[in-house]
Parts: sequence; structure tokens; C-alpha cells
Amino acid sequence: MSAADFTQESAALARDRQGHGAALLRFVKRNPTMTIGALILLLVAILALAAPLFAGDPVSMRPAQRLRPPSSTNWLGTDHLGRDVFARTIFGARVSLYVGVAVSVMSILFGLVIGLVSGYFRRADAVVMRLMDGLMAIPGILLAIALVALTRASVTVVIFAITIPEVPRVVRLVRSVVLSVREAPYVEAAVSSGTPVWKILLRHILPSTVAPLIVQATYICASAILIEASLSFLGAGTPPEVPTWGNMIAQSRLFLSRAPWTIFAPGVALALVVLAVNLLGDGLRDRLDPRLARRM
Amino acid sequence: MSAAAPLLQVEGLKKHFPLKHGLFGGEVVAIRAVDGVDLTIAPGETLCLVGESGSGKSTVGKLVLRLTEPTAGTIRLEGVDITHLGPDAMRPYRRRAQMVFQDPYASLNPRMTAGKIVSEPLENYPDIGASARKERVAALFEQVGLRPDAMQRFPFEFSGGQRQRLGIARALALNPALIVADEPVSALDVSVQAQVLNLMMDLQEELGLAYLFISHDLGVVEHIGHHVAVMYLGRIVEYATKDALFENPRHPYSQALLAAAPLPDPRAKRERVVLQGDIPSPINPPTGCAFHTRCPKAFDRCKVETPQLVPTADGRLASCHLVE
Repeated sequence: MSAADFTQESAALARDRQGHGAALLRFVKRNPTMTIGALILLLVAILALAAPLFAGDPVSMRPAQRLRPPSSTNWLGTDHLGRDVFARTIFGARVSLYVGVAVSVMSILFGLVIGLVSGYFRRADAVVMRLMDGLMAIPGILLAIALVALTRASVTVVIFAITIPEVPRVVRLVRSVVLSVREAPYVEAAVSSGTPVWKILLRHILPSTVAPLIVQATYICASAILIEASLSFLGAGTPPEVPTWGNMIAQSRLFLSRAPWTIFAPGVALALVVLAVNLLGDGLRDRLDPRLARRM
Repeated sequence: MSAAAPLLQVEGLKKHFPLKHGLFGGEVVAIRAVDGVDLTIAPGETLCLVGESGSGKSTVGKLVLRLTEPTAGTIRLEGVDITHLGPDAMRPYRRRAQMVFQDPYASLNPRMTAGKIVSEPLENYPDIGASARKERVAALFEQVGLRPDAMQRFPFEFSGGQRQRLGIARALALNPALIVADEPVSALDVSVQAQVLNLMMDLQEELGLAYLFISHDLGVVEHIGHHVAVMYLGRIVEYATKDALFENPRHPYSQALLAAAPLPDPRAKRERVVLQGDIPSPINPPTGCAFHTRCPKAFDRCKVETPQLVPTADGRLASCHLVE
């Protein structure tokens, strides 16, 4: 970060002391996309967490009331088994967000450790990177179908199946940062003053990977949500009784012309959440990595 | 070279960076960054290593501190051969030799406060407690002319000269006997250069430090040096006391270097020795004397026979067929 950035930053801090409201407004004005993305995600997360309190029953079937259009009792109508689409959409957000967050956290953790080792210890590098190339060649969806076929379909299996092909991407990112930072004179200074390797990695190298990793995590999160939906749609993801957006779309596609609301609700929700995550990711990238910033 | 027991003794030091490996791992093509360097530094002495870009002088500095692994040769620090010590065995010797870097911006971790940067070396050798460490850091700040309240600040809040003082404080933290200074003032304004150089000389007097001072600036070398080693293409071509070298350089390359250094007096006249072309590639160094391709005094023998670094009549070392 250049000195100018820091002056800007400290000026912002000074303003912050004068009034939180003004500073917040300024931040929102400067980063509209990031704010919109974060607000949508926050809203969805609150709705998902509070789902049992207000959304109603997402699983009980009422065949007499199947394929009802939106009404005051069923805000988004009912599906072909008479289940409430609103409740199922809200509960579906739980699975989507859980998968998105779990996959990004796990792939970042694994990728960070492997990437640090691979980037810093040159002997490990050749072996580790060939392994990662191999992992990268596995298509996530095929792996998930194979894993689900071998074990039982569950959210955990889906999370592992999506995480495995994401790890190499994180490893490459971390490795590239480590390779550039390890040659920095301040790292050499640490080596020559007897700093142990683990401390060099944690104190001098790890912090440089944080900003790009946060950005990467948002993209992984968005793609994990989409892959989970695709897997559920294909029947290789979460068990069909679990309300997820992919399951809902898959089960409702036969009734698209008679009851379009059964597909629109989960479809719009899916698009909205992925868009929000991507907006947040783009905003974070612009804030955290000025070299990649493309300001409008 | 020097009467006192040497602090640092380097013999036959080589560093080849392989570009291609043969079928069985042997080097086929390599950059010969350092190709047989002998050096001796006595305690409290400043040895200046001069040469143009690509002569291998910075690599020598890193090799001496074991920041890169030598291809061949031995490095003795205070009489102990440290050339092949593993990381753990090396730790007690790391503290005896420290480095000051050229770039005062890149050599300080931007995320650490100045106090933390200077205390890090002390944390690595837990022979002093936390409270003593704080006192030591405060003393170091004072020693290099930084105010104590600077400890809480981050590197970007300092000027270039202050940052270099910080780098010196960090290097001093472990009470080293030797400091390798790789162009420590070349990134600074001329007015600040003098301050930092004077600080380094004061510290030398106070603490009995020895410096391996790497520089391409002969004005700086004249100010701070005791002995000077001139490097060309990974080898030392002349080694002499500073006065002897500046008064009467013997090797043609030293002569050319001195002639190229700017004089403060614009009316001063002197013999110009202008070298043609660039330094040859260290991948395929010229046969015979490495300097013969650019030497104004080269003759047939220079192309075939490599001159050795031998003592001359006036007590210096030079590798040139003309001075043998």
C-alpha cells in the first residue's frame, strides 16, 4: 500500500471520529455495489437463520392443495405435493448459504496451508503442484456424483465434493503470493536475524495472502452455491426431501407451464444470492487490491 | 591481508545459478555470479566491495550471511566454518553477522510497527526477558538517532533516511560483529546519505563493528572504507587499502572505475578511461582474463591465460598480467 493510501485511510479515520453516520454514508456512496451485495446477503442470512420462527412448515405435504397459485395463506403458492413454496425457498437459503460458506472456508483453509508449504519449501513444491494439477483435472460435478454414488447423499458429501476441486485454485493463488513475498528483503532480514521458519510464514508471509484470499473466498462461495444447486438438480446432491433450491427447481420443472411460481421462487432466490456474493466480491477486490481495481 | 585474527574469512567462494540441468543433474549452463572470491575482514574494519551492476557483489553479501547457498568455497566466521551448517546449527552464528539492505522500503515489513521490527531479532534469541527487550529496543532507537515515540509508528510514516536508521537498529539488535551493508545509502538523497554514513562510522567506532560494505559509489567508498576490493564478473580483480587504491589503482578495471567517478570540481581535469560495451555475460565469461574484452591495455596473453590475484610490490593484490 502506498503512502497516499494510508493518508487517505487516516483521513477517513479522522472523519469517523467526527461522525459515524457521515463516514458510513461516504462509504456507501463510494462502494455502492459492495453495499448492495452485503445488504442482500445480510437480509438472506437473517431470513435463513430465523426461518423456523416465521416461514412455516417446508416439508409437510397437503395433496389436496397442490399447485395452488400465490395467496394470503401460501404467499408463493404450493408445489405439486402441496408444500408451501415460500417456506421451502426460505429454508433452501439455509442449505445454499451453509454450503457456500462451508466450501469457501474449507477450501481456503486447506489451500492456505498447502499453498504456504508449497510456495516456501521449494522441494515440496514440485510434488505438491503436480498433485494439485491432478486434482484440478477432476470435474467437480463428476466427483460429486461418484462420491454420492459411493456413500449416501448428504450435505456433507456435497461440501467435500465441491471443496476438493476448489482447493488447487486457492493453492495456486497462495503459492504465487508466497513466491513473490519470500524474496522481499524484509523476509531475508527476518531469516538473517534468526527468525524460525514458522514465524516467518505466519508473521511475514501469511498477512500478504489475506486480501486476495478474502476476494477468492467470495467467488468460491458463489460458485459453490451454483454447483450445489446443479448437483441437487441432477439428483446427485442433497437428498430430495431436503428443501434446497436445486431440488425445488428439479422437482418443479415438469409443472413449469401450470405452476411457474414453483420454479420462479427458488430460481430468483438463487440468482439474487449469487449476484449478491459476486457484487460483494467485486467490491472487496476493488477495496483490497488496488492493482485489480477497475473503477467506473 | 590483515594482521589481526580475521573476523570473516572467505575462500574460493563460488555461486553458480544453474540454467539447465544435464541428464544426471549436472550443471550444463550456469550463471557464474560469483566465481572464486577470497576475502578477509578483520574486526572493526570496513571492507568495501565495489563493481558495476552484475559483478556479483550483492551475491557475495548474501553468501556470507548464508542467505543463499554457495556452490563451492568456505566461509569462516570468527574462525568457525559456517559454510555447511544446518538451520539449527547456524542459529548461534546468525546473530554475529547481520544485514542492512539497499531498499529501505522493501526491507521493512509494512504491517509491523517500528518497535516490533527492531525487537523481532531479540525475540528470536530468548536470552533476554521481555522487559529487558523493551529497554534494549529503546536504547537502539536512541543509538541510531530515532525518537522513542517512533516505536509505535509504521514504516510508511518514516522518511527514507529514518527507515534506513530503523534497518540499522534492527541489524544492531543482536550485537553483531559484522554487518553486511548492501548499498545502504544508494536509495537515499545525497544529504541524507552523509548522515547515514556518519551514523554507521560512529557506530563502528563505538561498537567495534566490521562492515562488508557493498557499493558502486566510489565517493561513498572513499568516505567509509578501510580496504577496497574491486569485483569484475564474479571475481576480485584488485584488493588494496583505500588510500592506495584511490591514489594509484593498478588494475586497468580499477583505473576505469575511478576515472568514471564524478569529481565535485567541474574544472578538474583528469585522464578519461572510457570502457566500451557492457559487462560480458556471466554465462559464458571470456577466456583468459575476463576483462580482456573491454580492457584498453589488453594484449595477446590476456586472451588465453587467466591472471591470478597475486601480491604486487606495493603490498596489494591484483590480477593483471601487467602488474605481476
